[in-house]
Amino acid sequence: MAKLRVEDLKRIKDSMAGIVNLRGGEYRVKITVHMGTCGIAAGARPIMNRILERIEESGATDIILSSSGCAGLCNHEPMITVEVKESAPVKYVKLDPEKASRIFDEHVMKNNPVPEYALSVGSETTY
Amino acid sequence: MEDLSLHILDIVENSTRAGATLVEIKITEDTEKDLLQIVIKDNGSGMDREMVKKVRDPFTTTRTTRRVGLGLSMLEQAAQETGGDLSITSEPGRGTEVKATFQASHIDRKPIGDMGSSMISLIVGNPNVDFIYESDLDGEKTTLDTRMIKEEMEGVTTINDPAVLKLIRGLFKKAGD
Repeated sequence: MAKLRVEDLKRIKDSMAGIVNLRGGEYRVKITVHMGTCGIAAGARPIMNRILERIEESGATDIILSSSGCAGLCNHEPMITVEVKESAPVKYVKLDPEKASRIFDEHVMKNNPVPEYALSVGSETTY
Repeated sequence: MEDLSLHILDIVENSTRAGATLVEIKITEDTEKDLLQIVIKDNGSGMDREMVKKVRDPFTTTRTTRRVGLGLSMLEQAAQETGGDLSITSEPGRGTEVKATFQASHIDRKPIGDMGSSMISLIVGNPNVDFIYESDLDGEKTTLDTRMIKEEMEGVTTINDPAVLKLIRGLFKKAGD
């Protein structure tokens, strides 16, 4: 029978003594994976898995990962939205785990958005 | 959708968008009876009788309730392709129960797939919703109750902490993985 044991959780608790954890409240970056039927069918789950792995590797505690429903752009799935505090949110489209990983390195960790994977950059120009 | 764990992820996302605070997921496989059953029960906003009737029709998309669209139709199709079926019972204000049955050995029956990843996606994406997961695959049992984890970790860390998620994922690993 596979079941979580209280001792396992206690071990995590002990290892965390003294570490300030921000996962519940304050954050620097919020990543939203679009998980409507369209997103899931197009491959949102492997992207969620990859981003989780990257967050864990980075050891960062100021990134929150969330999910949302269909955004009405089903043909662009899988999509994620990256919001760095005080910056405009960026929607990334037609992703795979490798692209998501690069967005994590560039945008999430260094605050350099990756324009080639973004839905659009800026608004119309007149020139 | 390639496997049943993706269908489950999809249907449970419906529950969370219907305002559920607790979702129970039960998977039972009984080879002797050649039956696989998936039950998803939530305490969300529920649907009235008319909506329950319409909700399986993929072309009835009244995006105002958000409980309609392709998800349930696709699960129904996956079940019916194996000679199984889908039933929905719901009550406004009380919640919804979706039950899908499959002939377990049918050639068109999709594999269960990676339930660990589906549960992790749900927990990470909906940290304020509680999930109870129980599977009994021919006697091989797995259970998970996020309420117990949250209670235990209260004041120390949150359920979406990588260390906690790793522990949860470990539950779904089969021996030899």
